[in-house]
Amino acid sequence: MSGYSVEHATRSSRVGVAVIAIALVVLATAPFWGDRQTLRLLAELFTFVALASLWNLLAGYAGLVSVGQQAFVGLGAYLLFAMVILAGVHPIAAIFIAGPIAALVSIPVAALTFRLRGAYFAIGTWVVAEVFRLLASQISVLGGGSGVSLPASVVIAMAPTRTAREFELYWLALGLTVLVLAAIVMLLRSRHGLALTAIRDNEVAAQSNGIDVTRVKLIVYVLTAFGTAMVGALIFLMKLRVSPDTAFSVNDWTAFVIFITVIGGIGRVEGPIIGTIIFFFMRQTLSDLGSLYLLIMGAVAIVVMLWAPKGLWGLIAERFGWQALPLQRHLVSTPQDKS
Amino acid sequence: MTEWLNVILQGVLIGGLYAMFAAGLSLIFGVMRLVNIAHGDLIVLAAYVALTVTEAMGIGPLTSLILVVPAMALIGYALQRLLLNRTLGDDLLPPLLVTFGLSIIIQNGLLELFTADSQKLKAGAVEIMTYHLAPGIWIGLLPLIQFIVAVAVIAGLQVLFYRTALGRAFRATSDDQSVAQLMGLDTRHVFAMAMALSLAVIAIAGVFLAVRSNFDPSIGPARLIFGFEAVIIGGLGSMWGTLAGGIILGVSQAIGAQIDPGWQLLAGHIVFLAILAVRPQGLFPKVSG
Repeated sequence: MSGYSVEHATRSSRVGVAVIAIALVVLATAPFWGDRQTLRLLAELFTFVALASLWNLLAGYAGLVSVGQQAFVGLGAYLLFAMVILAGVHPIAAIFIAGPIAALVSIPVAALTFRLRGAYFAIGTWVVAEVFRLLASQISVLGGGSGVSLPASVVIAMAPTRTAREFELYWLALGLTVLVLAAIVMLLRSRHGLALTAIRDNEVAAQSNGIDVTRVKLIVYVLTAFGTAMVGALIFLMKLRVSPDTAFSVNDWTAFVIFITVIGGIGRVEGPIIGTIIFFFMRQTLSDLGSLYLLIMGAVAIVVMLWAPKGLWGLIAERFGWQALPLQRHLVSTPQDKS
Repeated sequence: MTEWLNVILQGVLIGGLYAMFAAGLSLIFGVMRLVNIAHGDLIVLAAYVALTVTEAMGIGPLTSLILVVPAMALIGYALQRLLLNRTLGDDLLPPLLVTFGLSIIIQNGLLELFTADSQKLKAGAVEIMTYHLAPGIWIGLLPLIQFIVAVAVIAGLQVLFYRTALGRAFRATSDDQSVAQLMGLDTRHVFAMAMALSLAVIAIAGVFLAVRSNFDPSIGPARLIFGFEAVIIGGLGSMWGTLAGGIILGVSQAIGAQIDPGWQLLAGHIVFLAILAVRPQGLFPKVSG
């Protein structure tokens, strides 16, 4: 015995996990205390937490800065509408089928875009998203360029009343987001997570320590496509209507998501959660300003990137040594082995 | 047959415009490894600056270049000096995200100032003049001027890069920033000059874009993508390559549009992806990424 063991938890992470557990209970019971407006807002917030967490995994950990994740949001949305309208699949089942299909699609996409390095990779992913958008607008059975609504019969079949349907979608959004976050935390605590953290901190050093960087990146890319498409399918199930311009919107599914992650703290799991709360707070208070609000958002993102590149959670974490989730590894000496 | 020749000819001419989109992008990537996500929005900004100048002074768009080019170059210098120089370093994320933020700011700033209405610059008689080249083949004067200007811009950049002191500074900084600094070059100034030059090219591209077709604040990102595709098709770091890349993209789009109007953009993207698949270094590569 070496006399040491590796632990993830710290005092702050135990507090963090307790706070998160309480928050989850409160949120899970929201249909019983919140009005319709609150539920809608929360469900939307959850989907952004999920999207931003996935983007954070991709850009913050694997160093794959994509500005084309809307490709997979839209792909998930279109897969759901296609399966429901053309094949009569149950919408909730369709969400879970959309994930693996998108993961399959992401493999040839990665084969192409991984040929581009750094910032060119970013624009390459954007081109792919544009191709997806243009292809979607060619699908005439799904309304072509103007899009299509979910048939009323499908919507009614989901749940007997409108309230029940809204509860169902709310819990689905919460459940899917928790699932995505749990998967990310488990991934980061695994061997691959150690490799990813090493890549985040120094790619060259990681490679020289025997990590197959390209392979790890590919795995992360495929996994985020999987998750992003499921979230995308859910988002458009909640919207009940899909069109190429909304499903493949670079503003909604990439600009906002990047803003959230940068403000909250890129390269930390807690970052996107904090960022989403700030983003929604800003949106609720500034949205009357119209396009001026987006302008302010862009400016805030630049200021944060230049003067606090680790985001709000990064500042807190470094100042107080906090981590809300048990992710960091540290050595603990075990007294019984001291002899 | 002549119909297709016409289509290809128009594609080649529009390719000149795409080459100008690409040249500015390629230039700053070459000098400081910066990819400017706001590149397309700056092209649109130049179009709006030209719109304001032509309306305020009652001059034609081509004449307005005398003012728009220096104005944009100045914006470029300031932008690099005050903002973008702070983002350069080993980390890829800051320049990417800051220029992404800049793109959002420019788009929404233009939307606030000029609304979402589409605009166009009117160049007068020059717009409708055409030459009859051969039976069934026509060439517009304006597209021809645009193409000649594009070739001149590329040639000018080439000369500047390999024949002038500034070009030598660009190449030195591109090769090794710290050694360039040791030799007495102020890299902050060199980078700012490169950005100024990039925005001067953007200004020319923006004015021709605005004369050729309608524009509104939202069309920037698509121009960035065209420029980027031309750069990658042509091969990183090669100025003449960007011209070839622009022409290939223009011709692909023109052929796509001829087959089905919905396929114009798609055809361009598909050719780009195909070249990426079979020849990722581009057709005429000069530097490696």
